[in-house]
Amino acid sequence: MAKTRKRGGSAEAGRERAAELARRDAAAQRGPEPGEVAKGGEAPPAGPTVPWGGVVREDAPVELRLHGKGVVQHPTTRVRRASERPAPWADPALEMPPPSLRELEEEPLVIAGQAFRSRLIVGSGKYPDPTVMVAALRASGTEMVTVAVRRVDLARREGILNVLDPNEFFLLANTAGCFAAEEAIRYARLARAAGFNEWLKLEVIGDQETLLPDTQATLEAAHALTGEGFKVMAYTNDDLVTAMRLEDAGCVAVMPLASPIGSGLGVVNPYFIREIKRRLSVPVIVDAGVGTASDACITMENGMDGILMNTALAEADDPVAMARAMRYAVRAGRLAYRAGRMPAREIAVPSSPTRGMLD
Amino acid sequence: MAERIRVHLNGEDRDIPTGLTVRGLLESLELEPRLVVVERNREILSRVRYDDVVVGEGDTLELVHFVGGG
Repeated sequence: MAKTRKRGGSAEAGRERAAELARRDAAAQRGPEPGEVAKGGEAPPAGPTVPWGGVVREDAPVELRLHGKGVVQHPTTRVRRASERPAPWADPALEMPPPSLRELEEEPLVIAGQAFRSRLIVGSGKYPDPTVMVAALRASGTEMVTVAVRRVDLARREGILNVLDPNEFFLLANTAGCFAAEEAIRYARLARAAGFNEWLKLEVIGDQETLLPDTQATLEAAHALTGEGFKVMAYTNDDLVTAMRLEDAGCVAVMPLASPIGSGLGVVNPYFIREIKRRLSVPVIVDAGVGTASDACITMENGMDGILMNTALAEADDPVAMARAMRYAVRAGRLAYRAGRMPAREIAVPSSPTRGMLD
Repeated sequence: MAERIRVHLNGEDRDIPTGLTVRGLLESLELEPRLVVVERNREILSRVRYDDVVVGEGDTLELVHFVGGG
């Protein structure tokens, strides 16, 4: 389904194009300064435009070297000439879905009436350093970022808002680390008092070893907090009945786990999360357990409305690259779900005609 | 040192000057009031009260903020 690109007709236009490509490539090769990140929505002064936000350097799949006039030579043998289409990473237009799919691909995730363009929610914990974290958040394309409430360390004083701009990301406070409903409610109120919003990722843990949720305490806290006007997104296990009760309690989203927090085991029970999605009206967002891009893709192929992840990015060797992989995986999985997959069958069916074979 | 009172601050006993408002306390700790939430004796203090509320002897104070988390 490759689309033909319009190209400049004259030789002069070709040379101009080549020179422009060479400038782009040279800029991409230089890469950004450490910590320098292209912000979504505003073009960096040099180098390719990155409309989705992210580190420009990450977009270059190979190192490019500049040879001669406007001809860019691949480190191996391939020579890209002006008449060829530019490398996909250099062309933001290729990032755009075709018009027929635009509505589908840009279909927002709507939670409690608020639309989010990204179906990926990302946690801000455990990154090697704050610069990498912010770069990863931007590369993931996320709009909603979770944060935790903790005592100020009076010796160090460093909070996440020193590096995370609340105007850039929608902050979703969590009650991580709480083991009782009362405790979670206290943390929720403190989070709301910070003054950003009344949204909350409710999490009440029931077991220290597996970090599985205490569903009874979660339900109790959910009832109390929705009554206080919180928009509660509740972390829970993959139990349908609990999920239904959380919806009944007024939660704006229900977030079953794929597998235990920080385990990276992927979706251990696709059937149950599918059932939860099928039976609930509020968005179902898988929270916890995703390890790599295929896990995210499978989650979305199962029809989930979104995914929340943290460790998969923070503990990747290259969190920024993994963030980008996740961005594509979530989009791919969602598109595949909307496309409607072929039935799986345990028998082969030929793809080429069986008729017209030679004698 | 009669000019000082003892409070329980973020889990530790601490002596602070008498008559300090919550804002004064935050400033003395070099904390940005907009980024900190104060809980005094288990009650969340609204930011508009930071100038009015004076920290008292034996108060239990929790100063919290957002940190990275999933």
